[in-house]
Amino acid sequence: MEGITQARPMEAISRSQGWRGVVADWSSDQRAFKNVSWGKAMMWIFLLSDTFVFGCFLLSYMTVRMSTIVPWPNPSEVFALHIGGQDVPLILIAIMTFILISSSGTMAMAVNFAYRRDRVRTAAMMLATAAFGAAFVGMQAFEWTKLIQEGVRPWENPWGAPQFGSSFFMITGFHGTHVTIGVIFLLIIARKVWRGDFDTERRGFFTSRKGRYEIVEITGLYWHFVDLVWVFIFALFYLW
Amino acid sequence: MAQAAASADIGHAAGAPAEGQQHPIRLYLVVWGWLFVLSTLSYLVDYFHLHGYLRWSLILLFMMLKAGLIVAVFMHMAWERLALSYAILLPPLLVLVFVAIMVFESDYTLLTRMHSFVAGSG
Repeated sequence: MEGITQARPMEAISRSQGWRGVVADWSSDQRAFKNVSWGKAMMWIFLLSDTFVFGCFLLSYMTVRMSTIVPWPNPSEVFALHIGGQDVPLILIAIMTFILISSSGTMAMAVNFAYRRDRVRTAAMMLATAAFGAAFVGMQAFEWTKLIQEGVRPWENPWGAPQFGSSFFMITGFHGTHVTIGVIFLLIIARKVWRGDFDTERRGFFTSRKGRYEIVEITGLYWHFVDLVWVFIFALFYLW
Repeated sequence: MAQAAASADIGHAAGAPAEGQQHPIRLYLVVWGWLFVLSTLSYLVDYFHLHGYLRWSLILLFMMLKAGLIVAVFMHMAWERLALSYAILLPPLLVLVFVAIMVFESDYTLLTRMHSFVAGSG
């Protein structure tokens, strides 16, 4: 073990680039992902699997929408809000999109401050991100309530193809769950940052291991992924 | 077990400078601004009731641009080594094969439904 630890400075040597680098990394000893900690690599692999989950949801939505002989409800009208005496199309969804993008921006700032070891600003930016996320979930709850009151069910709705309801609840519900989990994740890590766990090398409650500021970037990966999924849902479900 | 603990320590020894992602804040702000612009544009596609291929191609264009910016800059994929980038970015492309399969399947289902429920009922 000591030998490996001492060999570590060799990591600084220049590595092959391009396809030659891909082959060299994958065929090398111990770890294929150089310069990436196991925590970050595992988050990426989890996100890859989550991509397939959301991919299958959107795919099944495409399938039912393409194969129905009943007209698909017009999302532009379904999600319109009555503001100032006129219907504004899709306005709530647009606001939700901007909120989620804002939260992605504050998250990127948090990651940046974390690597500067700026404890207070990192925690503040993470809390702002969590607040945006909570606002998003709140607006989604409002949207669900409105649609349920208008008679949308997973098996029927007043405007057209009954599959609209099941696709809508499944896709936005799963995404909303991800946002909710992300908010909880953010709050937990923000608390650790605020307390200075990564400066004092305090050991984790469950793992008994020292954490690093890198966990902010890993949290950020998850959060940006949630925003990424919304980009696809917004385009394919709400705008199409 | 001991080996796992030891390799975790190696990860620690590498420290943030070797594995962290440090980039100028200005870059993040520029990308942030672009995401707002692209979202506004995709909303305007709906607001101005664009239709047909123009609508679909614009929606897909803005979607891919936004997704690309988020993955490349916010998720730092642009600075990762290709071994990780390809491992994460190539597999989702296979979903497109699945999409193609389901397009054929949907067309077939639609034809069957039109034959049995629409034409047959008349």
